Amino acid sequence: MTMPVFSASNDPGANFLELVRRVGLSPDMSQWSEALGVPHATTCVALRYSNGVLIAGDRRATSGNWISHRGMEKVVQTDRHSAVAISGAAGPAMEMIKLFALQLEHYEKMEGRSLSLEGKANQLSSMVRNNLPAAMQGMVVMPLFAGFDLLASQGRLWDYDATGGRYEEREYVAIGSGSMHAGTVVKVGWKSDLSANDAITLACRSLWEAADADSATGGPDALRGVYPIVATIDENGWNKVGDETLAGIFEVIAQEVRSR
Amino acid sequence: MSMPFYVPPEQMMKEKADFARKGIARGRALVALQYNNGIVLVAENPSNNLRKISEIYDRIAFAGVGKYNEFDQLRQMGVRAADLTGYQFSRADVEGRGLANQYAQIMGQAFTHESKPLEVEILIAEVGHSSSADRLFHVTYDGTVIDESQSCILGGDTESISARLNPTLDPTTELSAAVQKAAAALAGPDRTLTAEDLEVVTLARGTERRCFVRVDETQVATFLQA
Repeated sequence: MTMPVFSASNDPGANFLELVRRVGLSPDMSQWSEALGVPHATTCVALRYSNGVLIAGDRRATSGNWISHRGMEKVVQTDRHSAVAISGAAGPAMEMIKLFALQLEHYEKMEGRSLSLEGKANQLSSMVRNNLPAAMQGMVVMPLFAGFDLLASQGRLWDYDATGGRYEEREYVAIGSGSMHAGTVVKVGWKSDLSANDAITLACRSLWEAADADSATGGPDALRGVYPIVATIDENGWNKVGDETLAGIFEVIAQEVRSR
Repeated sequence: MSMPFYVPPEQMMKEKADFARKGIARGRALVALQYNNGIVLVAENPSNNLRKISEIYDRIAFAGVGKYNEFDQLRQMGVRAADLTGYQFSRADVEGRGLANQYAQIMGQAFTHESKPLEVEILIAEVGHSSSADRLFHVTYDGTVIDESQSCILGGDTESISARLNPTLDPTTELSAAVQKAAAALAGPDRTLTAEDLEVVTLARGTERRCFVRVDETQVATFLQA
């Protein structure tokens, strides 16, 4: 563990990404290409409910027509009050989430306070923008950012485009290959006064329908005990829904499908 | 060519040490001690914004006394080193001993080679998964590392503070009692310290990844009254 030393005029401050660059740990993206056939992560949804925001994603990663991973965690808590979900090239995407979470923690420790939620959303935007050279070679990373804004006392969510364009959504958003089906289900069921439980059920339904229609989206896998990741974020922070609860919800949905 | 006056190394070291000690003794002291669920750090610090105790990593806290700008720079170096190590390898690979050794090198280097030694004393506190795995690495202005057990005192007037604190030490004590003991030891017989005068942090063994918790002023006040 060597301690990096910088002169006062050359100090990276609380910026972890800049620090990583200065010590030479940043990757060279120029050779990345779609031809490498790396795994891709798929469907994620986020929606606001009465006192917070929910974020969820399936667990499948695909390489072409292969299922490359069944247990990928593409919804990640990034600090106490925020989370990121990603779709797109899995390697760069997971690295981006890891760096983003570290940046939030690094800033908090260096400055002695957290970034505002708006500030965090902006930070992610610049990280997506920095990935543009890789995105041009097919390695697109599409994140979704959700969190509870302690200044505004409400849940908020954002999605991004490949150039780092940042769009705040007022109701819900879905990304990835199954986003059309998942988004439609959420759109039909969404109300501004959804309770946390209603929001969880709605998110599960949306992922069920996406998995039903899109081969790249994984459904609940009762055989292996692998369920989508569903988490709520409210004033008290991140709360991941347990697998038993999800198993119960998906069982109800399955019953409904059987009796159609 | 003019020759500088010859100064014997003993005298040079002694003068540098005296200079550093004087600078450190001007500030207020800080104590760290084990309690039944981890380590508590208590500093006499009237400022609510300029912190003496800060988070370095999941289980590691940094505490410094003396010149603020000097120990804050050391703190920032520690956060950077820890975050980079955790990023490059794994979070489990960041440990207090490595940090303490790095600090010892930097401070020892400054003491022998710079015209002015650092006027600081620092503590790297690391909470283990059991009380026997707790670590308190005390690094002094000349780069000496002391691996302390149960408690550690930083700053001026350490002898009288340790005379007050040491007889009361007990790693199975409750948090409130530990804060009381620390406050009483820092204050001495002629003063009483209130919650506003103290900065209190715990490194608590628990289920959370990040063990560092800043105890707020109202909570400290209730501990002191208990």
